[in-house]
Amino acid sequence: MSASATPLAVEYVRILPELVLSIFGMAVMVLDPLIDERRNQRTLGNIALLGSLAAIIATLYQSQYPGPGFWNMVNVDAFSVFFHFLVTTVTAIVILTSYDYMEVQQIRAGEYYGLILFGAVGMCLMSSAVELVLIFIALEISSISTYILAGFRRRAAISSEASLKYFLLGSFATAFFLYGVALMFGATGSTSISVISQVLRSGQIPVLAYAGIALMFVGLGFKVAAAPFHIWTPDVYEGAPSPVVGFMSTAPKAAVFAVLLRIMFEANAPGRLWLIWVTAALSMTLGNIGALVQDNVKRLLAYSSIAHAGYLLVAFAALPSGGIPAAMFYTASYAAMNVGAFAVVSHFASAGERYVTLEDYSGLGRRSPLLAATLTIFLLSLIGIPITGGFFAKFYVFSAALQANLVGLVIIGVLNSAIGAYYYLRIIVMMYMREPREEAPVPAAPIGLRAALTLTVFATIYLGILPGGVLEYASRSAAELMRQ
Amino acid sequence: MQPVATTFFFYFLSAVTVISGIAVITRRNPVHSALALIVALLGQAGLYLMLYAPFVAGVQIILYAGGIMVLFLFVIMLVNIERAQKEEQFNKQWIVGIVAALALGVLFVLVYMKGKGLFPQTVAQLPEGENTQGIAMLLYRDYMFAFEIASLLLLVAIIGAVVMAKKRI
Amino acid sequence: MVPLSYYLVLSGILFACGVLGFLIKRNIITIFMSIELMLNGVNLSFVAFAAQWHALSGQVFVFFVMVVAAAESAVGLAIIIAVYRTRQTLNVDQINLLKL
Repeated sequence: MSASATPLAVEYVRILPELVLSIFGMAVMVLDPLIDERRNQRTLGNIALLGSLAAIIATLYQSQYPGPGFWNMVNVDAFSVFFHFLVTTVTAIVILTSYDYMEVQQIRAGEYYGLILFGAVGMCLMSSAVELVLIFIALEISSISTYILAGFRRRAAISSEASLKYFLLGSFATAFFLYGVALMFGATGSTSISVISQVLRSGQIPVLAYAGIALMFVGLGFKVAAAPFHIWTPDVYEGAPSPVVGFMSTAPKAAVFAVLLRIMFEANAPGRLWLIWVTAALSMTLGNIGALVQDNVKRLLAYSSIAHAGYLLVAFAALPSGGIPAAMFYTASYAAMNVGAFAVVSHFASAGERYVTLEDYSGLGRRSPLLAATLTIFLLSLIGIPITGGFFAKFYVFSAALQANLVGLVIIGVLNSAIGAYYYLRIIVMMYMREPREEAPVPAAPIGLRAALTLTVFATIYLGILPGGVLEYASRSAAELMRQ
Repeated sequence: MQPVATTFFFYFLSAVTVISGIAVITRRNPVHSALALIVALLGQAGLYLMLYAPFVAGVQIILYAGGIMVLFLFVIMLVNIERAQKEEQFNKQWIVGIVAALALGVLFVLVYMKGKGLFPQTVAQLPEGENTQGIAMLLYRDYMFAFEIASLLLLVAIIGAVVMAKKRI
Repeated sequence: MVPLSYYLVLSGILFACGVLGFLIKRNIITIFMSIELMLNGVNLSFVAFAAQWHALSGQVFVFFVMVVAAAESAVGLAIIIAVYRTRQTLNVDQINLLKL
């Protein structure tokens, strides 16, 4: 704990990415009315992109100054830097994919980019906060901005309803999370993760702590769309603007998983195993079975994201030494492939998001070979084919689970991967083997989208060929996390 | 100050809170629900006083009952509630809902009963005079960062409310 | 004197009351009020635990919960207005895409 009454300069460095993102967010909001209407969209997009790039640099700079800040509210370590990097990169890529989308859908840019940047502040903070109350506030910042972003297609009724549904279930989940925090406070007398961990490691575990963990898990389970708390996902993903879906299916999820990792492992939560076991098995099964019958690509990817949350939770059931790095690797590779897939979907959907059914994708391989090839890479990665990031992600998760003797869970996971392969392949078959019934026009990819796709394809392939570096970093940060 | 007749006041205030809490979810007219919720909030403010939290009690009345609930009433005025009143007020899954909520309630009571030994038999008397002062010290020093971040949350909420309520964007 | 666990039981009852309202009501505004009820149950337990641990921090958390409740209600009510404008109803069953 810092002794002085005012924070030191180095403590501001420990929140630098958040500061940068908020400043740029406010700049976007202030400049919005000042800039000429026609040039508005692109200029604001550029500012937002600049902000997220500056935040990436701030994260890299910050990584040299690890340690606690602001009276033990935040703690910068290798773990938080990893998630900061992930969130800010996803933000940058989503902004790149939004440029064109905003013009096609005629969405006002100021509030949109502002909310994306503010939401990113919340997500970044979630990974570095080590105090349940701050985690809660950061979680709310990220949730409220995504509720609004989900309702941005104001011309479509389905969008504001998606927003409403997301909002109602999200605040319901928030209340559960908060009750868990209250019980944890009652059990240990503190909301600081390090104090909680000391109390829980001291042997005598109060009964309230079990209830607290369970309730917090329910609340966070809602936010990552893990079954049985996943009912909102397909409807919300269908209604929300596609780039936003790419955003909210990766960045907030990664942040919530960071929180879960901190609560489950750093605080050494009791009774976590069976809780996670059941949720992981249910999410994988319900997600994959639900995806089998979908005709709408966005809904299909929504169910697929439920299934992927399940695979990720398998890592949580494993021992900390293997589980944390596996989970971190999985979040990274999932972020790359999912943002990429939604970037293609949002470009292809065109005005009013008309072309989102599976049927519309028929013949895409002939009409737009490059776009189809990129989507194929992402889908293969989602299946878990070698030389893509998805393969090593699944491999590490399952081997971590095997080390922890969770054979049953691994069998369920592998069976589910086989089911999953079917519906991803269905899209690929549609694109290459079918003749289009109606020629849906595919506009040429604009420069922003091209950059975003290049980045995500590169990341997916890189994680699939040279996973060592990222995994090594993840193991190091896990070791650091456990030592605290 | 030594408390007087705490047992009576506890049961009285809990009865007020629970009954109006049930009224919130059973009344047909949303305005009645909102008024019942205000009564529940006031009852709860009384309970805060009994737990030696006078500042929280004050904020509860001013901010919650006075601020947030007025917002609710405004929105109820904006939308047409005549129609809502004529419609069925419970949905089809009410049996499932009641079972789930009862199970949850029983679970909580069990947890508290099982952990009874953990809790002190009486409420400890906290110093009242320094309550506000102590809260200020915590809020503006130890929790200063959370306090500042809460302002960002409010900014996001303002933007969000404007975006959603605007007729066209 | 009243044991502390009575306050906690009361907070549990309030929370369960809110859950019940959320699950069974059709009117969006009342559903939303049920969430406020849940948050109030949480607040009561925070204050009770503060008394148990002799820690004022429990009372400070209540303020943060209130800030979040205020933010949520502002946003939520705006979303309700947006939906009402397109659908002219507050009934979750008639907002047919909402399969709650």
